[in-house]
Amino acid sequence: MKKRVVITGLGVVSPNGVGIPDFKEAIKSGSSGIRFFPELRELKFSCQLGGQPEISEEKKREYLSELQLRNFNSSGILYGVIAGMDALKDAGLNVTNQNEEPLWELGIIFGSGTSGVEKFREAIYKIDDKNVRRLGSTSVAQTMTSGVSAYLGGLIGAGNKVTANSSACATGTEALLMGFEHIANGKATYMLCGSTSDYGPYIWGGFDAMKVTTYKYNDMPQNVAGPMSANASGFVPGSGAGAYLLESLESAQKRGATIYAEVLGGAINNGGQRGEGSMTAPNSIAIQKCITDALTDAGITASELEYINGHLTATIKDTDEIKNWSSALNRKDNDFPYINSLKGMTGHCLAASGSIEIVSAILQLHEGFIFPNVNCGNLHPEIASIIASEKVVTKLQEIPLQTIAKASFGFGDVNACVIFRKNKHI
Amino acid sequence: MTSDEIYDLLEPIIKTYLPEDVSAIDINRSSDLTRELNINSAHLVDIVLDIEDKFNIEFKNEDMEKLRNVNDAVLLIQQKIAK
Repeated sequence: MKKRVVITGLGVVSPNGVGIPDFKEAIKSGSSGIRFFPELRELKFSCQLGGQPEISEEKKREYLSELQLRNFNSSGILYGVIAGMDALKDAGLNVTNQNEEPLWELGIIFGSGTSGVEKFREAIYKIDDKNVRRLGSTSVAQTMTSGVSAYLGGLIGAGNKVTANSSACATGTEALLMGFEHIANGKATYMLCGSTSDYGPYIWGGFDAMKVTTYKYNDMPQNVAGPMSANASGFVPGSGAGAYLLESLESAQKRGATIYAEVLGGAINNGGQRGEGSMTAPNSIAIQKCITDALTDAGITASELEYINGHLTATIKDTDEIKNWSSALNRKDNDFPYINSLKGMTGHCLAASGSIEIVSAILQLHEGFIFPNVNCGNLHPEIASIIASEKVVTKLQEIPLQTIAKASFGFGDVNACVIFRKNKHI
Repeated sequence: MTSDEIYDLLEPIIKTYLPEDVSAIDINRSSDLTRELNINSAHLVDIVLDIEDKFNIEFKNEDMEKLRNVNDAVLLIQQKIAK
């Protein structure tokens, strides 16, 4: 008998809000964290906009010691540590003391795309300068893929599985499903899951070179055409982290913890880079299968879905995504669920996108609202031909929600879809 | 530079790497850096880098092997700045 799994804690470090209260306020009001970065202009980027969470020096010291911050230069680890510790605290769980046993029932799966790229750059310069001996003791910890989970593991005293996953822009959604399965199979009581992405030109450069970012709004960061807009011309790169504390239902009930949502189930698959799928483009057949598999795993029918938190990046692929949802659910026009995408307010936070967006989805489910999909005054005509325009929420709507879906798709033809439910009886 | 002058410059470097449960007043010349002061052995390389910057000297791998307590560090520094 599989255990039921719920979410009892949330944490977020987003370009438009750090911490749950600020972030919630920002998404409700449609407040964007997209800004112009002079350094990107200096470096001759096509897209000189980005999303970077604002974190003060004092805030850093609430989470990391002076010693840990010495020669510290990994924005992704900082974001992940803040989001992760916030989620733990939000769930009402405590860290263990130095002389106690590890928390055998608490594990961590915290993913990233590339980790500690600024630190890695520092190291590369020293190595090329024949100065490898001067890298210091934290070069490895700050650049390893498992950096966030290792830092969090030490801060918390986690004693279950502590690891990192990596599946491009699906990383955060995958991390949640991996943690979900671990608890469902009885291998842990608590799993702190999430994902992070570094800030800056060394992460964003490759996307700029691929021309998947927009070059058209450098002088008007507040007006970048949003996801599903007819004017969408590419994404703005972002950064940050999102985290969730997953827990077995029985444990959450025993503790009397706040239950944000139940994870009903989900699916992860791959398009195999076959058919229309490739390293960078999704295979629609696989996306549709991922969605229908997620419904089956969750034990619900397509008609029960009330809301979708889309991957929707503000590129030409948005239309394909809507087609895929519509085909997979066999729902269109007025029968289609409500849908939005956070990326218009945060940019595409890459490996962190799934986790930050899951946090936004859970907040909507828990409190009963749908945030505005910003800068989409002009819905793409092909999308409008598939679903009713009212289903793309452009103004804050207060509406009770019960069953919702979140999906993320990424390079390598990876797909992940998860179904959440708010159950008033638990 | 006298041995005391070196110690005065060295003490704040070591202090930076003390774990939370060890106090700076526990530092003395005979303190074993890892066993008594509980400094994470990985941080010994950071202490050496800080010493190199402070005294403008360079430690060799063999020097690292001789580094056990505070006095070892003082002597090594003394030898290097005398050269």
